[in-house]
Amino acid sequence: MTDDAPPPDFARWQPSYDTPPPGHVSGSRLERVLRQGHFAVTAELNPPDSADPADVFTAARPLAEVADAINATDASGANCHMSSIGISALLTRAGYGTVYQISCRDRNRIAIQGDVLGAAAMGVRNVLCLTGDGVGVGDQPGARPVFDLDSISLLRTIRTMRDDGVFLSGRRITSPPRMFLGAAENPCIAPLDWRPDRLAKKVEAGADFIQTNYIFDIPVFARFMARVRDLGLDRRVFILAGVGPLASGRAARWMRSNVPGIHIPDAVIDRLDRAADPGEEGKRLCIELIQQIRQIAGVSGVHVMAYRREHLVREIIAQSGVCRDRARA
Amino acid sequence: MERIRTFAVRHARAFEWVYVRFERALVAMDPLFRRIGYDRLERPVAAVEKLTKGLLFDCRMCGQCVLSSTGMSCPMNCPKTLRNGPCGGVRPGGFCEVKPQMRCVWVMAWEGAARMRGGGQISDVQPPVNRALEGSSSWLRVAREKAAMPGGPTDAPRDTIARAFPRARAHEPAAAPLAPEPLRASDRGVGR
Ligand code: SF4
Repeated sequence: MTDDAPPPDFARWQPSYDTPPPGHVSGSRLERVLRQGHFAVTAELNPPDSADPADVFTAARPLAEVADAINATDASGANCHMSSIGISALLTRAGYGTVYQISCRDRNRIAIQGDVLGAAAMGVRNVLCLTGDGVGVGDQPGARPVFDLDSISLLRTIRTMRDDGVFLSGRRITSPPRMFLGAAENPCIAPLDWRPDRLAKKVEAGADFIQTNYIFDIPVFARFMARVRDLGLDRRVFILAGVGPLASGRAARWMRSNVPGIHIPDAVIDRLDRAADPGEEGKRLCIELIQQIRQIAGVSGVHVMAYRREHLVREIIAQSGVCRDRARA
Repeated sequence: MERIRTFAVRHARAFEWVYVRFERALVAMDPLFRRIGYDRLERPVAAVEKLTKGLLFDCRMCGQCVLSSTGMSCPMNCPKTLRNGPCGGVRPGGFCEVKPQMRCVWVMAWEGAARMRGGGQISDVQPPVNRALEGSSSWLRVAREKAAMPGGPTDAPRDTIARAFPRARAHEPAAAPLAPEPLRASDRGVGR
């Protein structure tokens, strides 16, 4: 900027902080799609190791065509990348809906509550509250883990900010953050019997929607959902089942033993090992899983995590037949 | 010391029986505690509590005990110190994501809760720990809270937590305390 540059024109920015439509907490596209009873699609963005916004848009483009919201991960697996708030800010300004992920691993309650307001001011309308993987699995295992809140107290904290208009300190928030509150669940890992009860706790804490970890085991997931329906949770929360294309049997085995919380049955890995083209088989498997998941009562959508296989997402969604009219919901 | 915790969880029902009575005694002693002065009692009682609960539960003295709502499995032994666990990384067989040789504190908590009469409290949403109360006596805090169950606001932060986490406040008031804290119970001057 030169010395005689005009002063910044804040009015041009027109920061509109709209009130959500009746019956909505945020009015985000994801919330509207779900409340209208459509089968929703969200997709996870692979965050760049770069400071260039163009890299974010390149990563978002293949997802934007099919996703109702794009998840911006918060150093998932404790690996450092561009921050979820940075990615969310860029994407919302470009007109994409985002799911802003917050992990409790790296920031305390003071930082998180401030970031929630910052994110809301930048147009973020969906947030996903996560505990976060331990620092030990990431690229900087010597870091100090924070875990000041946990995913459930975080949910309740943001709900308190949104609905009561106060910080946890009781101080007033003049314009509360309008957020559609999300949480994660992992239906296929131990303790299987208690997972539905834990989901109930998340709903109780304030979750409006759930994105699950990868589902590769339909019978286990179906049992989980049956219990969820018994508890009446499917009527209180929107559940999006996590899916993704596996690249090969080797990649699947690596994920299973190195990424926390991933259950892949041996039969799935065998199928990929036997296939002539494992990548293609992984894609086909993903499509089949989406079709089977869709038949399970109480599931409201899918969450696609196609790490390094983002280029396949559009095809997967199209071929699985969940694609509805993509006109603005 | 996982052995200690395994024992506590296996005998969660018995510990519950004992604690219910012990807590009643504590609350009944509130007038006495008040006469002696909670501040004067704080350090000696905290020392006894640390020893006893250390031996029985592998207690970490968070000062806001919720063992009755966590199947007698102390949540501060979770490497992520989750108060509403388990996390999503539990390994097959119920082992911890962070310390693979250890059983998940929260898998044990749900097992313990299933044995307890009031085990349903494990579904209460617990507030974050007030780190300023670490090291203080939770027994005395329970006595203060349950004896008085003070109405009306004390200070805004604690009042907000108590209102935002009503079930924790009702069942485990030490986790969302409102009664004034004695000088020695808090290292940062909260609740005074
Ligand atoms: S596996 Fe259990 S003990 Fe380990 S970090 Fe997760 S919740 Fe805590």
